[in-house]
Parts: sequence; structure tokens; C-alpha cells
Amino acid sequence: MPPTISADASSLVAHDVLERVLARGRATGAAFAEVYVEDKRSTSAGLDDGKVEQVTSGRDRGAGIRVVAGDTTGFAHTSDLTERGLLAAADAAAAAAACGGGGVVQVTLGAVRRHPVNTVRLMPDEVGKARKVDLLRRVDAAARAVHGAIVQVSAGYGDSRKRILVANSDGVLAADEQVRTLLRVSVVASGDGGMQTGYDSMGRTIGFELFEAEDVEALARRAADQAVTKLSARPAPSGSMPVVIKCGSGGVLFHEACGHGLEADLVGKGASVYRGKVGETVASPLVTLVDDGTMKTEWGAIGIDDEGHPSQRNVLISDGVLTDYMWDYLRARKEGRAQSGNGRRQGYAHLPMVRMTNTFVLNGTATHDDIVRDTQRGVYVAKLGGGQVDTASGDFVFGMTEAYLIEGGRITEPLREGNLIGNGPQVLREIDLLGDDFAMGNPGTCGKDGQGVPVGDGQPTLRVRALTVGGTAA
Amino acid sequence: MSTEVPDLQAIADRIVAQAAPGEQIEAYVSRGGETAIRIYEGEVEHFVSAQSEGVGIRVIREGRTGFAYAGTLEEAALAEVLRDARDNVEFGTVDEWAGLAAPDGVAQVAQEFWDDELAAWPTDGKIDVAKDLERRTLAADRRVRTEETNYDDGWGETAVATTTGIRESGRGNSCFVSVVTLADDGDETQTGFGFSVGDSPRDFDLDRAAREGADRATRLLGATKPASRRTTVVLDPYVTAQFVGVLSSALSGEQVAKGRSIFRERLGERVAAGCLTLVDDPTNPRAYTKTDIDGEGLAARRNVLIEDGVLRGFVHSSYSARRLATRSTGNATRGGYAGGPGTGCLAMQVRPGSRTQAELVATVGDGVLVQEVSGLHSGVNPVSGDFSTGASGLVIAGGALGAPIREFTIASTLQKMLLDVAEVGCDVDWLPMRAAGLSLVIHDVTLSGV
Repeated sequence: MPPTISADASSLVAHDVLERVLARGRATGAAFAEVYVEDKRSTSAGLDDGKVEQVTSGRDRGAGIRVVAGDTTGFAHTSDLTERGLLAAADAAAAAAACGGGGVVQVTLGAVRRHPVNTVRLMPDEVGKARKVDLLRRVDAAARAVHGAIVQVSAGYGDSRKRILVANSDGVLAADEQVRTLLRVSVVASGDGGMQTGYDSMGRTIGFELFEAEDVEALARRAADQAVTKLSARPAPSGSMPVVIKCGSGGVLFHEACGHGLEADLVGKGASVYRGKVGETVASPLVTLVDDGTMKTEWGAIGIDDEGHPSQRNVLISDGVLTDYMWDYLRARKEGRAQSGNGRRQGYAHLPMVRMTNTFVLNGTATHDDIVRDTQRGVYVAKLGGGQVDTASGDFVFGMTEAYLIEGGRITEPLREGNLIGNGPQVLREIDLLGDDFAMGNPGTCGKDGQGVPVGDGQPTLRVRALTVGGTAA
Repeated sequence: MSTEVPDLQAIADRIVAQAAPGEQIEAYVSRGGETAIRIYEGEVEHFVSAQSEGVGIRVIREGRTGFAYAGTLEEAALAEVLRDARDNVEFGTVDEWAGLAAPDGVAQVAQEFWDDELAAWPTDGKIDVAKDLERRTLAADRRVRTEETNYDDGWGETAVATTTGIRESGRGNSCFVSVVTLADDGDETQTGFGFSVGDSPRDFDLDRAAREGADRATRLLGATKPASRRTTVVLDPYVTAQFVGVLSSALSGEQVAKGRSIFRERLGERVAAGCLTLVDDPTNPRAYTKTDIDGEGLAARRNVLIEDGVLRGFVHSSYSARRLATRSTGNATRGGYAGGPGTGCLAMQVRPGSRTQAELVATVGDGVLVQEVSGLHSGVNPVSGDFSTGASGLVIAGGALGAPIREFTIASTLQKMLLDVAEVGCDVDWLPMRAAGLSLVIHDVTLSGV
């Protein structure tokens, strides 16, 4: 008798069905087959212009089947979770992997493995929609109360409860329940010089208890203050100068400057500036960079990755020396080494690949105030936006959505928005001061090859000695 | 597109027929499939073959809107989605302008969206075309490697029905090939890409895709970081298309109504240089995003937005049109069954000028040809107009193209850049984007480098 899978996972696909589907996937001689089953329920609500415009309920349910033969991966997905639907998808994936050989294959799955990282107290689908919508109204009111210049507020609430089950022909059987809850607010302020925007968000891999611990009005006020402050902002400077990045505002710097470049799929194809650099100094000795999927409640926290491997804490750069890349099943197999829990995918309709989870730089010893005081002229970035990187050349950009001038060791006038541009390895070496005030940043969505996955980032306050600020002022 | 997909239309009709008195219902039903083939070093790296389907239902009652979707068309799921959408109505705010589109008598412009030849194209042929592109790219320049070469195609069928009398269904398919390139010179590596789009693989121009892929990567080898200065830029067609795309939200009637557009209250005023005329025209058969209906099922149409530098109009969905007491311009956008309609441009095009890029470069004399931009999503704010983007390209000196430069930004504001457009090129390129490309000369932007 097969081991029992507890209620949540067995309701997706039965153990014996998984075994038969995996065996079918390998029936044409493929070395590896995998079934990824997902059942996701989500709720979102949007408020704009003072009105709750729409509450949306969503259901995404299906399976992706991957078959690997030689260096070729075949993939098919289906929203039909019956044995017939899954076998048809397995045939399609096996045909796509198109290998010769054949024969009868038997797959035996072990007991289901679970590695929960979070404890969810208030499952979002067990909380009334009225309470969710009420958060939006509170955010709207709080933002508008900040200043008469606030002319528009848009707020969004989203939650999801995603159950996944991963089984493969190596016998892996693993399940996870991934819950996410998010609130975001975007504010427009209008003044003599035109309009400016402010934005903030909070998100955790827990349920509705998020809002017991976090102050949603404070979130709204931060976004509103940002917009109002920028009404009096001057154009950002243009050119290379010292840039101080506030704690918790810009892990995206490392996400772009080196995170993507440390993904083994890009490294393996020689498309990373960090290829062949393990053991070498790639950053200032102040920098220790970690990717950690086990970081409780953070946006990128996962019990297992989307290949069934437990998430783990991986040190990527230690005191400036590159120690390892991030790995998924395929790339690890090719190198004959262990996976690192970084095989992720957007959903059942997507192939997994190497992705970050929560990526951050550990504390240094300087204080925030010392770092600012030590800077004669430069830019202080309090909030970063998104970014983009060319991993092969290492060139990357990231936006600053709230920034100030530093003059004579003091934070002075607010600046308008702009991008900063640099080259990853150079910027990592130019980090000359690292603070002791580590904080994680806002919840993020990382895009790669058309797939978005939730990620977290964090860092203490730090200074880059020279970075190009893309403003318009001399 | 009328009712070309009877079974999906029947599902949509059946959902709408369940409307209670005083209830408006819109059902959007779709089904589609894709093939994604990736070639690496002459072998198939992955082959994805997949189909999906789903339904999105919008319910409006007494000015409140609710929405729900599911990625399946199973009968039980349809009932659950309708139930959820109805339940969600309870939590919306009364909005006097909420409502569905209704037939407005505007005729659709007939177009071709389906290619039988693509639908019947054999799998081996799809693999071969991608392998062929990889070979041609590698042959184009010995410094070039490929990171991946892709063949992608997709087909889709959609039906929409509403209680207000809209009933439309149709289908389409398309395909493209692309290559991501790397060029090495010592320790330095630069990247590029090339692509070709077609109704079927017979339309592919593999030589052009291979040459562009090789050129884009190799031309940046040895590039240096330029000194900061104010300068004139010539935007390559691919960059112009992205720049124009940024204007879509500022020209959206919904953003105007909600006070989030730099063009608000500026109708009839000069907002751009006299040489700039911008239209949104999804009825143009050469546009990649051509369509015969919008996301609410109304006929797509040609709309003039900026004419000789003067702001002439915004694009509207039925919602933004009701708010601003005007008519829908057929510009409801829709990302699929999982969301309701928005308002935005569908297929933008700047009216071409008369001269080639080489002629524009000669006239500019000294400046920068911008061939690629990055971080448009992080450094351009369509509400404030602040514009700052990472860039790479070639120096223009003495009226000719010179050395490659990279790792710099170009910055200005959207408002100022539109007024600073000096000339529009004649080199229209129908790129696989929401806007067509052509060369554009813009004066007085700030280049930030060393």
C-alpha cells in the first residue's frame, strides 16, 4: 500500500496516479520525468479614485509535466487533473523530448516530504472580503489626510493560497502550501511644478494576520509623504558620484548587480560576467551575499522549490569572495552536484529555471549617520524602484523613486526620479562603507524569460564610492 | 470578427443568459495553444507544447462591479466563477459610470488573423527553422556565440458576450523566431538579439534576424563609458517604439479622467514639435498588434492623438468615455480571461518623415545614436513625466557614426522631449511591440556617464 498523503495534497492527485503518469513520461526511454501540480486560489481588490472598483476571485489549477531525455527537455501542461488528462500530457511531454529507446519503466515514490517555513494563522480564503476591502478604504483615507496636495490614491490588496505537489521519477514526492498576502498603495500629489507620485507596499508569506502586526495607515502616509516631498524636488544630478543607499530600500541593487549573474543557467551558457570566478574576489571585502528561501515570512520564502527540493540558505559571496552560484535540478545534474533550492517557476504552465528567493547582504559595522556624515557630496537614495541587468556585460540600471542630495555630510534637498547605471563587478568593488542596520525591502516580483516569481531583498545602509546618476542637472 | 468560434460563443452566451433582472453580465471565454522550441548548440534544449483555456466573468449591479475567473471551462467551474463574480459585486463601491460596452454601430475593418499554413506547419519544420537561425547567426561573425535560439508560435480563440448585446468571437495565430547572442573579445562579453515575425514561417527573414543578432552584440565590443554632457540623440526604430509605448498611459482617457496624465486639460494645445503626428490604428494590417475588436468587443478604429504637434484626442474604453461624456474609441485593453478591461493604446504609429537614418545622422552632426535602452519601467514616470533610461549606442561625430559607447543614461522629461523632437525618419519598422518603430531625432537630452 502506498504511503498516505495528507488531505491537502492527496486531493490534488493520488499517489498511484502520479506513479503511473511518471512511468508513462519515461516510457520512451527518458531519464527523468516530473509532475508539478498546482491549485491556487486568489483574491484581489483594487481601489482607485475613491472607489472600490472591483473585487476579483481567481482559480488556477493544473499540472505541468516535464520529461528530460539527454539534453532535451519536453514539457506539456494541462488543466485536466484526471488520470486521463495527466497521461495525455505525459505523452505530449515525452514526445516533445523525442527520444528513442523505450521499455517498461516503474516509478516508486517515497513518502511525501514537507518543509514548511511559515505558520499561517488566518488563511486568507477564510477571511471575509469585507475586511479586505476595508483595508483599502483605510489606506485611501490615511493617504488623503496627509496633505491637501494629494489628488489621487490607488490601492491594491491581493492574497493567494497555492498548494503544490511535486513528484519525479527519482522518487521525490513533496508538497507545500504557499500563502501570500500583499497591500500596495500609489499616491499622486499635485503642485505648481506638476504632479509627483509616491508608492509603498507590504507583503508577507503569511495570511491576514499580516495586518495585525503592520500599520496600514503608516504605509499610506509613507507613500503620501513621498509624493508630497517630491513636489519640491529638484532635478537629479547627472554624472558619477558617491551614492548612499538606505537600509531596506534597495536590495534590488544586488539583485541586479550580481544576483542574476550568479544563476547557474546563465553561468553555464557563458552569459554571466561572473562565470569561472568561484574562489575569486568579486566584491569589496565588506560584502557577504546570501540567498535564503527559508527566511520566515519574507516574500521569497518557500518550503520547497518548484522541483520539490527543500529551500535553503546559500552563501553566494563571502567577505567579497565568490563562493557559489544558485542551482536548479538540470544545471546541478549536469555539474554532478547538489541542487540549492532555487528551481522555481511562475506556475504549472511554466518550466522551472534558476531563480532567486530572498537575496540580501549581511550587516557591516558602520552606522547610518556616519556613512552620511562621511559623504561630502552625493546622492542619498531612500527608496529604489525596479531594475534591469545585462548579465553578460554586467551593466545594470535601477530606479530611485525617493532620493535626496547629500551636501557637506548632510541629507538636504529632495530629488526627482531617475535611473542609476553601473557595471555589476565594478559597483560591488566600489562599496566602501557598509552599515549595521540591516533591513529587508518591499516585496518584489522578479521577471526572467517571461516568468514572474515573488522575491525578497534586503541590505544595510551602504555607500558606493562612484555610481552614475542619470539625472539632468549639472 | 462576428461569431467564428461557435462552441466558445455558445459558452459565453449561456453564461450571459443567466443574468437576473437589473444585472449586467459580460463573459469572456478563451482557449489557446503554444509551441516553444529552444535550440542550443544545434540541439533541442526544450520543447514546450501546451494548451490552456479559461473564463472571466464581470457582473455589474446597481453601479457595483465584481469579477472572477478560472483557468478551465469545466461546467462546474463556470457556475463557480459566476457565483464568485456575483458575490464580489457586494464589495464594490457604487460608481455611476460603471457599465458594459454596448454596440455602437461602428463597423469592423475586416482583417486576416488566421493562417492555415502555420496551423499545419510540421513540428520538425519548426525545429529546423530555429536550428537554421542558430547556424546563420554563428556564421555571421566568428566572435558571436548564441545563448539561445527560439521558435515560438501560438494560436488563440476568444468569444465575448454581454447582456448589452455584444456577441463576438474569433481566432488568430502567429509565430516568431528569435536569437540571443553573445560576442566575446578577451574578457569582455556583449549581448544582442535578433528576431523575425510572421503569419507563418514562410514570412521569416532569417538572414536579417541573424545579421541583427550578430551586429547588436559585436558593435558594442570595445565600447567605453562616455563623458556626461547635453547632446542630440537619434533614437533607433527599436528604441523609438519603446519611447512611444511609454506615452500610452498618458493618452489613456481613464488616466486623464483620474487626473494621472501629463496631457490632462491640454486638448487642442501644442504638446509636441510640429513634425510629430501620432495615431493609434489597430486596423492597420501591418501593425503587430492589429485587431478588429477591442477588449470589450467594440470595433477597433483609427484614432488621431497628436496631429502636427497639437493634442487632438485621447483613447477611450466605454468606461472612460462615460466619465468624460464622450464615445468609446474602441480602446479597451485586455490581457486575457483573468482580468477585466482597461483603457489604452492598441497599435501606435508616428507618421514617418522623408529621410533615412543615415541622412538624419549626417544632419545631426554631433550626438549619439541610441540603439538600446534599459530600465524604462524603473526610470520613466508617466505621471510626472520624469524620464531617465540606461542606454548604449554609437557616437555621432562629423555627421557619421563613430565609436560604440555604453553604461550611460539619457534623461529629460516626456513633456520636453516631445517638444524637442527635431525630425522623424522614414524608416518605419513594424516591430513586435505595441508601437511601430522609426528613427527619431531629439535635441537637448542629458547624457550621464563618467
